[in-house]
Amino acid sequence: MSEAPDIPADDLIAIAVARTLRDREVAFVGIGLPSTAAILARRTHCPNLVLVYESGVLETDPPRLPLSVADGALAEHALALVPVPEMFNYWLAGGHVDVGLLGAAQVDRLGNVGSTVVGGTYGRPKVRLPGAGGAPEIGAAARHTTVMIRQNARSFVSDVDFITTVGQGRAPGGRSSLGLPGAGPDLVVTDIGVYEAAADGGELQLTALQPGRTVAEAREATPWDLSVVPDPGELRPPTAEELAVLAELAAGEAGAA
Amino acid sequence: MAELVELSAAIEELVADGDSLALEGFSHLAPFAAGHELIRQGQTDLTLIRMVPDLIADQLIGTGRLKKLVYSWAGNPGVGSLHRFRDAVEHDWPRPLELEEHSHAGMANRFVAGASGLPFAVMRGYVGTDLVGPAEAGGTLAFVDCPFTGEKLAAVRAVEPDVAIVHAQRADREGNVQLWGIVGVQKEAVLAAKRSLVTVEEVVDELEPVPGAVVLPSWVVDRVAVAPGGAHPTYAQDYSRRDDAYFVAWDKIARDRDTFTTWIEENVMRGGEA
Repeated sequence: MSEAPDIPADDLIAIAVARTLRDREVAFVGIGLPSTAAILARRTHCPNLVLVYESGVLETDPPRLPLSVADGALAEHALALVPVPEMFNYWLAGGHVDVGLLGAAQVDRLGNVGSTVVGGTYGRPKVRLPGAGGAPEIGAAARHTTVMIRQNARSFVSDVDFITTVGQGRAPGGRSSLGLPGAGPDLVVTDIGVYEAAADGGELQLTALQPGRTVAEAREATPWDLSVVPDPGELRPPTAEELAVLAELAAGEAGAA
Repeated sequence: MAELVELSAAIEELVADGDSLALEGFSHLAPFAAGHELIRQGQTDLTLIRMVPDLIADQLIGTGRLKKLVYSWAGNPGVGSLHRFRDAVEHDWPRPLELEEHSHAGMANRFVAGASGLPFAVMRGYVGTDLVGPAEAGGTLAFVDCPFTGEKLAAVRAVEPDVAIVHAQRADREGNVQLWGIVGVQKEAVLAAKRSLVTVEEVVDELEPVPGAVVLPSWVVDRVAVAPGGAHPTYAQDYSRRDDAYFVAWDKIARDRDTFTTWIEENVMRGGEA
């Protein structure tokens, strides 16, 4: 077991996700961690990663982290800006997106994502969250979807309170009958490890650990009986280059605010 | 033909209690000046139709002007939750708020249907999510079989606002409107609505072509009002920058009912533009 490096949880998540992206893929990106990961990937191993945003931003090269989907950092550096209906109907539903990157409030063992309500009922929730935005159709139409989330008892749950973006639904293998073209959320990256949907539409299983983390820690932070692939292995520690890009992005954000 | 008038006169003429209003602008060109004029004039029991209800929606909710919100993402972009929205949904303050909640793709298609004069739009989605229950119960979502392939698809009901209000960069003296940058669903909102108002940064003699610009001909716009900075704290591309600090500050202002009410009194009701 290695010593846990002193890297912020969000940086570990962004680095692990950036490494999963491939050059020239088309990524449908959200604000926050998804943007950090996508911009990091562009500035390291995939300079031609195509970033699209729900606001109608079709391929952009942001000089800093965007604070909203309509941020000038996205709009002023875009190849093209298209109306929002066109973005969802032609570019996303039309099948041009390889990977969706989503943040979330909750994710569950079947890859369902919740960002609508937590606790209580829909009409009288304990916590009312912002809601769906573009996530449901990103999860439906992107070839596959990666969820980025800090793992704790509130976020990593057996069953999300409200399915905003469907993974497998309420039963293993449930997605196959829904008629959705994309694989849905099949990769979940947390500050503890990497979780992948089992091939048969089953539960998420632990396939890799963040540097210094253990299987015991992953099990402790997972409320269901977590299955672990044989010898899950540990992700490579962040490189100096990755950390330098993240520091640059953090400095740019402080400058913008 | 669009008539050039004062903002206050346009709101007074176009908006009545109980109306449904589309205030559009996808975190760019959001019609804040018009929203503040609504708060000052006091029209109430309004239904707000807005894909991204941001701070202007929080302000309308917290002042009790809305009975219903039709939307797809209600948050403070880049910051977090809308506290007046949360307080209304979680505690009915200052009054209960009815929700008609969709996804962005669903709302965008509802606007397209409205602009097309169709009763609904068809799309692939919703299936498997818990958005289905409330939207079906509310009569704005159904599943239909494709007549050609038999595929089960989602049908989303058209939005048909009484009034659409959008902000644009500029208009000419005939009332033709031009807007560019992130254009959202502003064209669809104006075309779907019975009446429309466009606030603009400026009126010019001639509309120089701009790449990717949306043009709304004078004959689909009812009123144009000059409101420089009318999208603040969002921005108007090539005219202003987004006021990021305002969004951050709003989190603290809106968290507390009294702080919010005082802020509205000092920054909106007394006529100053915040």
